[in-house]
Amino acid sequence: MSIEVNGKVIDWVENETVKDLLRRMRYTFPLVVVKINENVVPRKDFSEVKIPNKSKVAVIHMISGG
Amino acid sequence: MDEIKLEKIKKKLSKSTVGIAGLGGLGSNAAVSLARAGIGRLVLVDFDKVEKSNLSRQYYLLEHIGKTKVDSLKEIIRKINPKVDLIIHKLKLEKGSMEKPFKDADVVIEALDNAETKTVFIEEILTKLPGKPIIAASGVAGYGHSDRIMTKHLGKLHMCYDGDAKSSDDDVLMAPRVAIMANWEANIALEIILGEDK
Repeated sequence: MSIEVNGKVIDWVENETVKDLLRRMRYTFPLVVVKINENVVPRKDFSEVKIPNKSKVAVIHMISGG
Repeated sequence: MDEIKLEKIKKKLSKSTVGIAGLGGLGSNAAVSLARAGIGRLVLVDFDKVEKSNLSRQYYLLEHIGKTKVDSLKEIIRKINPKVDLIIHKLKLEKGSMEKPFKDADVVIEALDNAETKTVFIEEILTKLPGKPIIAASGVAGYGHSDRIMTKHLGKLHMCYDGDAKSSDDDVLMAPRVAIMANWEANIALEIILGEDK
């Protein structure tokens, strides 16, 4: 019962939404894209889409500098 | 050198336009690289003036301090490749109209500094100019760790990315890593214009 977020293996939490997961991971950088098993999750669906067990989540941030 | 391949590339590039948002470490280095490669037209957008501290990583010279970045870069590119057609916009990109200078570009390069502004810019290009390829960079700060940098292809968005880098607010910006990222962006632009190098 685990998921992988940006290469890090963490516990899977039943009914956890993308929004909940981002809060749990304490990601504070502005987000560009969230992908679950290679599928992009639209920003408007973050509070509805649930993270399936064993999924691979990629959170792509924007980090300052240029 | 493969002269036939080079001729094909030159021909294609000479008819292509790359837009660059921001002419700091990323933008100034990417623009010079594309000018050397033989890009036909560059759309250069920046509002700022060159400061002494910029010389640690941006393509400018001591003599440019106090001058605008657009004018300074124009001067530099003229001395490298006078054939490049330069479209200059001396302005600050404002939320709501950020896509405007880039309507006619084949490819857009995000070369801004602040994370929020970078994100807003990407969204405006993706939503207001659908189909337009955009290249962005995230995780420029620090030194070393070149092998953490990767390209993320996300539909029309292509990111030069190091998700483990710190924000430039809490780190340093240094020429080698900034120039790697800038040239990484320029290299993706070539790939988009020319197709994959096989």
